[in-house]
Amino acid sequence: MRKQLLAALLLGASSVLTPALAADLRIGLQEDPDVLDPDQSRTFVGRIVYASLCDKLVDITPDLQIIPQLATDWSWSDDGLTLTMNLRQDASFHDGTPFNAEAVKANIDRSQNLPESRRKSEVKSIAGVEVTGPYQVKFTLKAPDATLLAQFADRSGMMLSPAATAAEGADFGAKPVCSGPFKFVERVAQDRIVLEKFADYWNKDAIHFDKVTFLPIPDTTVRLANLRSGDLDMLERLAATDVASVKSDSKLQYAEAVSLGYQGITVNLNNGERGDNPFGNDPKIRQAFSLSLDRDAINQVVFEGVFAPGNQPFPPTSPWYDKDYPVPARDVEKAKALLKEAGYDSLDVEVQVANNPVQTQLMQVVQAMAAEAGFNVKLKSMEFASLLADQSAGNYQGSQVGWSGRVDPDGNIHQFMTCKGGINDSKYCNPEVDKLLDEARQSTDNAVRKAKYDAARDILIKDLPIIYLYHQTWIWALSDKMEGFIAYPDGMIRLENVKFK
Amino acid sequence: MLSYIARRLAIAIPTLILVSIFVFVLQKLLPGDPALVLAGEERDPQVLEFIRQKYHLTEPILYQYFYWVEAMLRGDLGVSLRTNQPVLELIADKLPVTIQLAIMAMIIAFMIGIPTGILSAAKKGTPVDYIANIVALSGLSIPNFWLGIMLIMLVSVNLGWLPASGYESPFIDPVRSFQTMIMPAFVLGTALAATLMRHTRSAMLGVLKADYVRTARAKGLRELVVIIKHAFRNALLPIVTLSALLFGELLAGAVLTEQIFTIPGFGKLIVDAVFTRDYAVVQGVVLCTAAGFILMNLIADILYFLLNPRMRSAL
Repeated sequence: MRKQLLAALLLGASSVLTPALAADLRIGLQEDPDVLDPDQSRTFVGRIVYASLCDKLVDITPDLQIIPQLATDWSWSDDGLTLTMNLRQDASFHDGTPFNAEAVKANIDRSQNLPESRRKSEVKSIAGVEVTGPYQVKFTLKAPDATLLAQFADRSGMMLSPAATAAEGADFGAKPVCSGPFKFVERVAQDRIVLEKFADYWNKDAIHFDKVTFLPIPDTTVRLANLRSGDLDMLERLAATDVASVKSDSKLQYAEAVSLGYQGITVNLNNGERGDNPFGNDPKIRQAFSLSLDRDAINQVVFEGVFAPGNQPFPPTSPWYDKDYPVPARDVEKAKALLKEAGYDSLDVEVQVANNPVQTQLMQVVQAMAAEAGFNVKLKSMEFASLLADQSAGNYQGSQVGWSGRVDPDGNIHQFMTCKGGINDSKYCNPEVDKLLDEARQSTDNAVRKAKYDAARDILIKDLPIIYLYHQTWIWALSDKMEGFIAYPDGMIRLENVKFK
Repeated sequence: MLSYIARRLAIAIPTLILVSIFVFVLQKLLPGDPALVLAGEERDPQVLEFIRQKYHLTEPILYQYFYWVEAMLRGDLGVSLRTNQPVLELIADKLPVTIQLAIMAMIIAFMIGIPTGILSAAKKGTPVDYIANIVALSGLSIPNFWLGIMLIMLVSVNLGWLPASGYESPFIDPVRSFQTMIMPAFVLGTALAATLMRHTRSAMLGVLKADYVRTARAKGLRELVVIIKHAFRNALLPIVTLSALLFGELLAGAVLTEQIFTIPGFGKLIVDAVFTRDYAVVQGVVLCTAAGFILMNLIADILYFLLNPRMRSAL
């Protein structure tokens, strides 16, 4: 009797202790996405989910070329004021609504006019959308806008079922209906988002998973533990400190791509009273500060050498990077001389930093390096929401922040460096830079644009309203049973041709 | 009797109003502009303006408070500023998860704390007592998050026995639900077990000195019977009171445990909401918690009233 009981107990225990076999793809995210409506959402992780859920008019290649997705081809008029797009004829939305030119028109209208829309500024150059055929649309622009195609490669170009948006309005995000390779099944806040394969997807042969589950697991250690234990098949944003251990683990694969964004120190030049100080007033002092830093050492010490040192809004790997100004080597003597020239032997500078361990460590290294050139850097550690509020209000001297980056170069520079730029928190203003950046926006010729950005760089590299430090690298860790994953600089997870071995 | 309940209810209402004011003001005192957080990276002025309008952020705080109360009286706690989900729905989703965690942790705490407490009292001054004390002290001193991560490394990564984190409802998959919850419940339970063990031990020591225990021993009863039947039963009263108090502590401890094990419970809901300035969720959650406490107190008072004849005559 006792033996039977023991056997039963053991049997029960073993069934309890065996992990369930995952029949689907499970992806670990660093945070829980916000509302799943491409017109309303704002988080990076939300875009990762959309990459499987919502197709866009166009997509990008890993080297940032624009390629067809729902649009098959397009052409610009000579004056750059009209864009004509031909659309895919075999696509439909998850609810069966056909995808066509009317749907595109309805989507642009929603991005522009839904009161809750966060896409308004991205599509504001569009004056009108004309349906010129069942599968052809013509966009008329208010002014030439070279950035528009890149916008269509992201949330502004995601096509939502017009039937669903008409029925749900601003509540569309509770049950999103798009036309991507997977359709929405359920969402449990802070726990999971489940998608299943869309049987009528136009490119269904390239899709090899029946189900995709996104699991927000904010703790990087726990996220990696889940991958190692087999509870996840892949994860995004592996901690730089874990890279070595993942690379040496034969059961895991590693993928990386330098991001489109940057991290730096935004300096208050003219944003209220606090901009009126030597650090904000004298570009020489900012140059001295920049020269006192060993960006490569920062990368080695804080990020295990995984990220990319930088000195411009575009990473050195970007086609838009100005090679005339490579990442400067550290020169403490020259920094001291510049500071002296500006009239100081030493100078107090206060920089605010988000109160997370990595950014704090970064700034402590910066603090120690700048000290050798005569800067007494005082770090003000702040919770991010407060930091952002102070920065926007001008209540800061220096602020360590970054930008997630955009496919089009304009997105990394125009709104920060033009006099009326929406997020120009340093309140830098130089009419010459404004002119160059506006012109760069209007040409569809990349060579012309590059020349304009380089010309602006000639000025900005001296004025330094933002002292760029580094570019984050997106890092993915995958189980060894996966194959076909391609790393993109936008950090998205595209599942076409990805499969289990 | 009815008038007593009525009086208690009458007191509960001003308490709730005070709590609601307190929660609201405290929220507004938090630095940082919620519109900036919600608008996203671009901080499009049109979007900022829309958010400020929609959530009445530019209006005087008194007005904002009344908008909130007025909606609440209609049974509308608002929607999450982040995900647009109704706050009430979020609370209803998350609360059972945390309760499940708390109950499992409590069971583990009892299973460890009480036997070791009894053993340590019965063997006072012996190595068994010392070892039990050291174990209890470690249980109190080891931080939850450290123990949690170590357990994940050992049990999930190295041994592959249990899922590393996550949650499943017991109504959908009871086995998986148990698998995902047992580790966090253990982490949460061990800390409580230590407190429970110390209290059981001291209560037992007090009782073991009592005359009736000596009498029981003198009657020639076996030691085990003396300890369990005569001593422990009487030591149980203060332990039960303590357990009720610990349950509150347990809910607080769940905040950290849920973060480590990524359990979508009440604690995680409120922590995430505070960091993303999701005012509607923070307010709703705190208010519901306060209402829950008031209700529990009311029920306890009424039970006391029913159980204790002396209170009845005192009215």
